[in-house]
Parts: sequence; C-alpha cells; structure tokens
Amino acid sequence: MPILVIAEHDNASLKAATLNTITAAARIGGDIDVLVAGAGCASVAETAAKLAGVAKVKVADAAAYADQSAENVAALLLDVIKAGGYSHVLAPATTFGKNILPRVAALLDVAQISEIVAIESADTFVRPIYAGNALATVKSSDAIKVITVRTTAFDAAAEGGSAAVESIAAGADLGQSKLVGRELTVSARPELGAAKIIVSGGRGLGSGDNYRAVLEPLADKLAAAMGASRAAVDAGFVPNDYQVGQTGKVVAPQLYIAVGISGAIQHLAGMKDSKVIVAINKDPEAPIFQVADYGLVADLFEAVPQLVSAL
Amino acid sequence: MKILVPVKRVIDYNVKVRVKADQSGVELANVKMAMNPFDEIAVEEAVRLKEAGKATEVVAISAGVAQCQETLRTAMAIGADRGILVESDADLQPLAVAKLLKAIVNKEQPQLVILGKQAIDDDSNQTGQMLAALLGWPQATFASKVELAGERVQVTREIDGGLETLSLPLPAVVTTDLRLNEPRYATLPNIMKAKKKPLDTVKPADLGVDVAPRLTTLKVVEPAARGAGVKVADVAQLIEKLKNEAKVI
Repeated sequence: MPILVIAEHDNASLKAATLNTITAAARIGGDIDVLVAGAGCASVAETAAKLAGVAKVKVADAAAYADQSAENVAALLLDVIKAGGYSHVLAPATTFGKNILPRVAALLDVAQISEIVAIESADTFVRPIYAGNALATVKSSDAIKVITVRTTAFDAAAEGGSAAVESIAAGADLGQSKLVGRELTVSARPELGAAKIIVSGGRGLGSGDNYRAVLEPLADKLAAAMGASRAAVDAGFVPNDYQVGQTGKVVAPQLYIAVGISGAIQHLAGMKDSKVIVAINKDPEAPIFQVADYGLVADLFEAVPQLVSAL
Repeated sequence: MKILVPVKRVIDYNVKVRVKADQSGVELANVKMAMNPFDEIAVEEAVRLKEAGKATEVVAISAGVAQCQETLRTAMAIGADRGILVESDADLQPLAVAKLLKAIVNKEQPQLVILGKQAIDDDSNQTGQMLAALLGWPQATFASKVELAGERVQVTREIDGGLETLSLPLPAVVTTDLRLNEPRYATLPNIMKAKKKPLDTVKPADLGVDVAPRLTTLKVVEPAARGAGVKVADVAQLIEKLKNEAKVI
C-alpha cells in the first residue's frame, strides 16, 4: 500500500507542514513517496529525501508548476496517483492542501477526508466537526483515500533518510488560472503554525495601534509569533493571516497567551490544543477563562506592560 | 451573465452543538438552523455584482431536506432572483453535492459559481474545489476580493502567510472567505418579496446523480474537555507559575 504525500513548498524550501503530514502517513503504514511539483525546486526535493521514512521523492520540475495552480497540480497528481497505484494520498490541511486536494479527490471520484487528527486504521480516521466541538470517526469505502492532515495533531518527521530522487514527466500547462501577484507578510517572527509561543490579541485591544503597541514588546521578549481573534481581524487591527480559529489557523504551541480575547467557540477551536493557555481579560466571566490554565483578570493595558518589564 | 450560488442549511453558528447520547451524530431536533455564514457572503457578493450591472441573474441552489426551502428564501430575501432545491433526505456528502451542482450547472449554464469555502457543520472545505474539478473549470478559493473584467475574473485569495491574486478565464468557481463582504440584513419588504420568487424542486434521480455516501460515520463523540485552570492574582504570580509550574518560559 504505497502512500503519496504532497510536499508544500515555495520552490526554495520545504514547508514544515509537510513533515507532520509524513508522520501521519507513517502511522497508516506503507512505503511513503513524496511528490514535489514546482519549478526550480531541486533543493526542496533534496530536503524531502533526507527525511526519515521517505522511500522515494518524485519531482515534476516545470514552468507549469511554478505557481502551483490547483488546476495544473491536480491534473499532474491524477496521473502520478494512477501510475503509482497509491492507496492513500495525503497533504497538509493548510490553504495549499485545502485548495488542491479536493480537486484531486473529485477527479479520482473518491471522497476526501478533511483535517484528520488521528488514524484508527488504514480506512478509518478521526476528524473534528462543528469547529472541534465534536470528533467524528469516519470509515472510507473508496479504493483510494484522499486525506488532509491537521498538522498540529502529528509530530514533525525527523531527518535521517536517504530516499532516491526521481524526475517525472510534467503534464501539460492547462493555462487556466494565472498568478497576478502575491503579498506575503514579511516578518522576523516565527510562523504561527510552527511557533513555540504565541501572543494573540482580540477586540479588547481596541485598535490596530494598540495591538502593536501592547503586544509587540511582549512577543519580542518571548520570541513569540503573533496571532489574533476573528474579532480583531474583522475590526481591521491586523491582516487575516493572523487569525487563529475555526476558519483561520489551528495552532498548538507550548504557550498561548490570549490578550483581550473573550473566547468565542470559533476561536477556541483554533487554540484549545495548546499545551499551556494564559488568558488576560478584564471580564471575569469571559469564556476564555474556561480553557485557560492561568487566568489573570486585569486591565490588559496595565497587565501586559507589567508582564513585559518583569520578564 | 448568470451567477449560481449554492447555499447550505446548517445549525446556526450561535448554537452550542450537543453530541447525541448514542454517538450517532449531533442533536439536530429543535435546534435553530440557518444559512451557512460563508454561503451568505457568497449570496451577498453575487447580488452586489448584479447591482453593479456586472451580472444579470443570481440563482440560489440548495441540496438537502425540504426545509432547505427556508434557506433558499433567505438567499432570495438578500437578492437572489430564484431558487432551486435538490430535495433529498440522504446524507449528502461533498462529492455528491458537487455532482448535483455540476448537473444544475450544465442546465443553467452560469458563467460564475460562488459558494462558501466551507460549511460550519462538517468543516470539510471541499465542495467548490470538487465542482471545479468535475466541470474542468478554474477555481479561486478563499476569496477576499472578486472583480469581474470582461471574460475574466480577478480574485484575491487569503492564503497562509498573506494574499494571492489570480486571474481566471470564465466560467469559473470562486469560494468565499470571511472578509469578502459583510452580508446585509434582509429587510421585511424583501423577505415578503422573496416568498413570491420562483422556487423549483428536483430530485437527485431527476439529475441522474448517485448520491450514495462514500464515508460512513462510525461514531461522534465530544472532545476531551480541557479543565479550567486557576486564576492568578497578579502578574508576578503569573510569571512564577509559568516559570516554575508550567515551565514554558
């Protein structure tokens, strides 16, 4: 039962989410191949080949995959999956994987099992539904299981492999969607998905200026990534890619510090698997305190600067 | 230009869901239902395109039980011109819904399909991408901006790490993210008007679509509850706990 893992990358480096996906594949059991589709992506393939548990890295290096359009990559995957006889196809449940994989599943005429958090057997998986308020165990009757993996539920695969790297033929450029441009947030801070500590702000901060003035010194002190609740994003304090929650990013750092966040279920869905949760909020009834290991009922504008100077 | 907007009836987002005691699913009896919030954004976007003179007709479509008619009426109260219900009591999974939508698209010939990126019940995030694949159309998921220009649509997408802008030839499928727009509140006169708009009902068999589920739900359970911790008195005590008890800083 060979398993195919789709590498997420930017043509220069392999994204960490791929490592968690490889661990999930290893739990299913079987030879693990990694597909790297890109342009000028040889270094990505080399990185993937060094990961423990990887049997082979297949590389489709062509201009058609430079921007990794869903149409071109899905068409390539269809060919690779059929030729390789894969029983399982996995991608991380990031915006990359969520964009491409359902397209592949439909082309194969199989269901997709989204955002799995546990593996019961080769055909039975556990996934959160209703913003994580319930966990469903689902069994697939399809010959090929197409799966996205919630990366926080699986450890990162370690280095220590020496897989063969094999070039495969590129498919045609379908010429459908064209990339006009990307505006990526440039930050010296760790990525939200990979950070050990996250400082997150909500509506209680009152404005984008306050968000930065109050939280940045704390994030600097702790070398933390910065996140936000949907309320803070909707109010325009920070861009959407800061959003932690049901419809934003799902994170599970060692320490999550929620500042001025009330704790709507949609937000809790994105952070309640964090190891330690700290909540600072002036409302003692805020639902965030029901999941916080340490709650501080205080005015955040006084408490956070005190915290910064005491650290 | 015609726009098709698929809408799903789900448990209202304000309702705290309860898992059934027999672990067969979540309690749906006597629970407030509403349109999936992402689909509401999709309806709003389509109606705005019509109001801007870029589209001529907005058709809402829902698949599911007879009560989905209410969801279609909501879409028509926002401004959709008519509704189509694909009525079925079956457990309709994303692939089956995508096949039903494909059959409707073949009949209606829209240039654009706009739908929510995910439904807040099963959190699958699949149907739009699957529909695009079955039709062989380009897709732009997680849209925060949609601009029609001639034979193409330019879509700004919310991706991990920032934004991406794509240009797609029409026809195309677009799925909505939260920041695309803020849906209007339907006014009473528009709710009344919506009751008179045409609503057709078809069955999956009429469309020649096999909707048999591919995934069987073996059980649904509540996640392990995270116990509430302690309240600390002040910042000094918080730091002491984080350093010595939790050992995370």
